Amino acid sequence: MNRPGRTLRGLAASRRVVIGASLLVLLFLLAFAGPYLAPWGWEDTDFTAFREPPSTRHWFGTTQSGRDVFALTLRGMQKSLVIGLLVAVLSTALAALVGMVAGYLGGWPDRLLMWGVDLLLVLPAFLVVAVLAPSLGGGWPLLVLLLAAFLWMITARVVRAMTISLREREYVLAARFGGASTPWIIRRHILPHLASLLIVDAGLNVSVAIMAESGLSYFGFGVQPPDISLGTLIADGHGTATAYPWLSGFAAGLLVLTVLAVNLLGDGLRDLLDPTLEKGTP
Amino acid sequence: MTVLEVRDLRVTYPRGVRAVRGVDLSVGRGEVLGIVGESGSGKSALALATLGLLPPGTRVEGSVRLRGRELLGRSDAELSRVRGKDLAMVFQDPLSALTPVHPVGDQIAETIRVHAGATRPAARARAVELLELVGIPDAARRARAYPHEFSGGMRQRVMIAMAIANDPVAIVCDEPTTALDVTIQAQVLEVLRTAKEATGAAIVLITHDLGVVAGFADRVMVMYAGRAVETGPVAEVYARPRMPYTIGLLQSLPRIEPDAPRPVPIDGAGGISTGGFPATGCPFAPRCPVAVSRCADTEPPPVPVGTPAHTAACVNLDATGDPARVFPAPAPPPAPPVVPRHERPAVLEVEGLVRHHPLYRGTVLRRRNGTVRAVDGVSFDVRAGETLGLVGESGCGKTTALMEILRLTRPQRGTVRLFGRDTAALTAAERKALRRDVQVVFQDPFASLDPRMRVAEILAEPLLVHGVPRARIDARVRELLALVGLDPAHAARHPHGLSGGQRQRVGIARALALEPRLLLLDEPVASLDVSVQAGIMALLEELRARLGLAYLFVAHDLAVVRLLADRVAVMYRGRIVEIGPVADVYGAPVHPYTRALLDAVPRPDPHRERRRRPAPLPGDPPDPSEQPRGCRFRARCPSYAASADAAWRTLCETDEPRPRPVPEGTGRLVACHHPEGGRP
Ligand SMILES: Nc1ncnc2c1ncn2[C@@H]1O[C@H](COP(=O)(O)OP(=O)(O)OP(=O)(O)O)[C@@H](O)[C@H]1O
Ligand code: SF4
Ligand code: SF4
Ligand SMILES: [Mg+2]
Repeated sequence: MNRPGRTLRGLAASRRVVIGASLLVLLFLLAFAGPYLAPWGWEDTDFTAFREPPSTRHWFGTTQSGRDVFALTLRGMQKSLVIGLLVAVLSTALAALVGMVAGYLGGWPDRLLMWGVDLLLVLPAFLVVAVLAPSLGGGWPLLVLLLAAFLWMITARVVRAMTISLREREYVLAARFGGASTPWIIRRHILPHLASLLIVDAGLNVSVAIMAESGLSYFGFGVQPPDISLGTLIADGHGTATAYPWLSGFAAGLLVLTVLAVNLLGDGLRDLLDPTLEKGTP
Repeated sequence: MTVLEVRDLRVTYPRGVRAVRGVDLSVGRGEVLGIVGESGSGKSALALATLGLLPPGTRVEGSVRLRGRELLGRSDAELSRVRGKDLAMVFQDPLSALTPVHPVGDQIAETIRVHAGATRPAARARAVELLELVGIPDAARRARAYPHEFSGGMRQRVMIAMAIANDPVAIVCDEPTTALDVTIQAQVLEVLRTAKEATGAAIVLITHDLGVVAGFADRVMVMYAGRAVETGPVAEVYARPRMPYTIGLLQSLPRIEPDAPRPVPIDGAGGISTGGFPATGCPFAPRCPVAVSRCADTEPPPVPVGTPAHTAACVNLDATGDPARVFPAPAPPPAPPVVPRHERPAVLEVEGLVRHHPLYRGTVLRRRNGTVRAVDGVSFDVRAGETLGLVGESGCGKTTALMEILRLTRPQRGTVRLFGRDTAALTAAERKALRRDVQVVFQDPFASLDPRMRVAEILAEPLLVHGVPRARIDARVRELLALVGLDPAHAARHPHGLSGGQRQRVGIARALALEPRLLLLDEPVASLDVSVQAGIMALLEELRARLGLAYLFVAHDLAVVRLLADRVAVMYRGRIVEIGPVADVYGAPVHPYTRALLDAVPRPDPHRERRRRPAPLPGDPPDPSEQPRGCRFRARCPSYAASADAAWRTLCETDEPRPRPVPEGTGRLVACHHPEGGRP
């Protein structure tokens, strides 16, 4: 590709990264600093206001039992964001580990690991999580583990394919014939080349995880009371959404914004880190 | 009569890369013009501009006339009517020029129908005739085959058949034989010669191989930095080059003759990748040993030297009267070791080494479908301080053999002993320790250096791996850079900031980091321009003498092997067919394959090349998954083909020849039943 096309694409990509990242920072600030500004705590009850629409006293209105929707929404968002981040980091790390080990070692470790990947891929993930999450009773940390366990397989395959091609590169051979050990080569020569893929993947996994968590919680299989998340909030307000839109509308809006921000960031990063756009390719 | 005439052609790629900066050329009927120059000199851009095939956004100025009619500025539709009829082309990669989904016969017939308006059956018949002309065996049947079913050499024949289908008046060939083995190159050049005689077309032959030009072209044009710096009749230019770059190019060639002078490197590297050329004056000035202050004033125009047809672009022609005095003479080769061979210890002994790859078919149910016998019983040894060259056509198993040795584990069959120790018996710790003594240099210096690491990190890596204290590493990196002739400042660069030759020096420095005693080199100069090659070869020779290294040197360029190696092993289909001292093997090859291989190398000597017309070795490089009975070279063996003696032939058909000393007691082994040659 010639220079002008390259820079144009690069420019558009970096704009997406900046917008996505700033939006995400704002959302995080809102979720974690917002509660300090809010007049009401999420567990407080205002016995003078039941199911009030938004006002200067209760910015997002109140629930049927007189709790402040703003405080509740931020509380739910905190949980959703934490779950999304943890799931993304865990699943991407697992994908990288399995993919690199399988791809680099080949032979029976490869066959064994890929058999595991195929097995997990054919399991109906949503159903399994829906059944296991509430019945095991481990609360939201268990939910994080379960979600992560079903998100890593596709990436692991991509990582494995890239590792196989990297393994045959002459500089990897040179390191190996120089006496470098497998962990050394993975750390120094394989991982750095996969970094862009993994960063982008982790970014996209955040939004997938948040969506999945919300979906599960919406149906009551995810985050269990007394914990709340965006999903449980939307579920609670769902039945009365037309009459009392503030009960779930703000939560839904913030959910959409979060996913949008994460996707913008991930997409932009992918284009920016695309190896064909790297400098040094003449 | 001039049929193709280019005047003041200038090609500017987007971003202002000026690939061609004012080139004139003319080719007459039946004439061959060779264009040579290093990579990035604008040869391909010139060819593409002539054909009107440059990517959009490229600016082309000047004039290209075919039989007096201007081609520049015509519409695409008009140009494609000219291309394929009057103006034909042959490229380096025929796969990109043939459509994969149609049989080759149909593709040739199609161009005949489009351009000559022939009927379908007539066009088909003509296509088969053409395929016969270019030497496709069983042409009527092969016409129905698809491009991917042909080997590289056969595909290039098909391309030539297509090029001459409509009796073109000019054919432009861009590196038509570069990707091919010497034996196949000789075949394709022979076909191109036939094509020229059949059509009488003018041919523009772009290549970087001065040997090919010497044997094939009538005139030669040398390009440097987008300009023609010397043009003239081939014999004249080769005998009396006047422009310093041409002189350097001819002197930097490794030559195969035993008494040939040693190649002289041209210092520095041209090209846009290394900071570009000076904005004014002679672009060759930074590398020119006879540059004077006038050279920086204006770009020298071509002026006649000697005969009127011979021009050179240089302002200091006084200094180039005697070509031998332009470049400083290379240092004399280091003295050979004084200890006789049999008294030196063996550093590497390989015996009966085998590496077979299973071949699978199907994706769901993988079934074993055969075996690729990449290395099929190879034995040789390398002694301290000596170089063994390993040569053979592509796919004969050279690199596989090297990789098997480097794994330092038990091979599928046979034994590998390094410094007297069997690799099959090593523990993990011993193996790692042994790696310090055996190192490797790869062919492609770009692929063999991690693009994300700086030179200093690349050189430090083996030291870190082997636990050299950090305090010593910096000093050792500086030492290594100096050892391979690099600047200390290069340590901070990434590989893409270095030229090809500099990168290969980094690759060599990395291999030397742990002070090995044996270096395995896989085509270390094959991807470099000749002018840079000579420098790397000199470095390798110097290092060997200074550090007392032993080399196992894989190459397909027989001239390079003659210069660097003490002994040579010729491989065919996973076996060594002849091994012995270089001077003996090159001087009097015994095995028919060695003879054919040496014969096929084009020499950069027009007089000699014109007189010599070796019969090219028939057939393709073999498919290593087949396992014939008897001698594996039989299908292509000229001695076997020429022999009429039934008993003589039966031996070749039934028994695989074992290596045996020929002549007795010279340390030379040949695997052929009939080393005395064919019996009529
Ligand atoms: N599409 C392009 N855009 C920009 N620069 C280009 C493009 N194609 C080629 N170049 C540059 O133009 C110069 C001449 O290229 P060209 O391919 O004609 O050289 P060459 O002598 O044929 O090289 P080689 O022997 O490697 O094929 C080089 O410096 C190259 O980097
Ligand atoms: S013009 Fe000057 S720099 Fe250029 S080749 Fe001639 S002597 Fe060398
Ligand atoms: S053994 Fe026979 S077929 Fe083989 S190389 Fe010798 S003469 Fe040719
Ligand atoms: Mg080229």
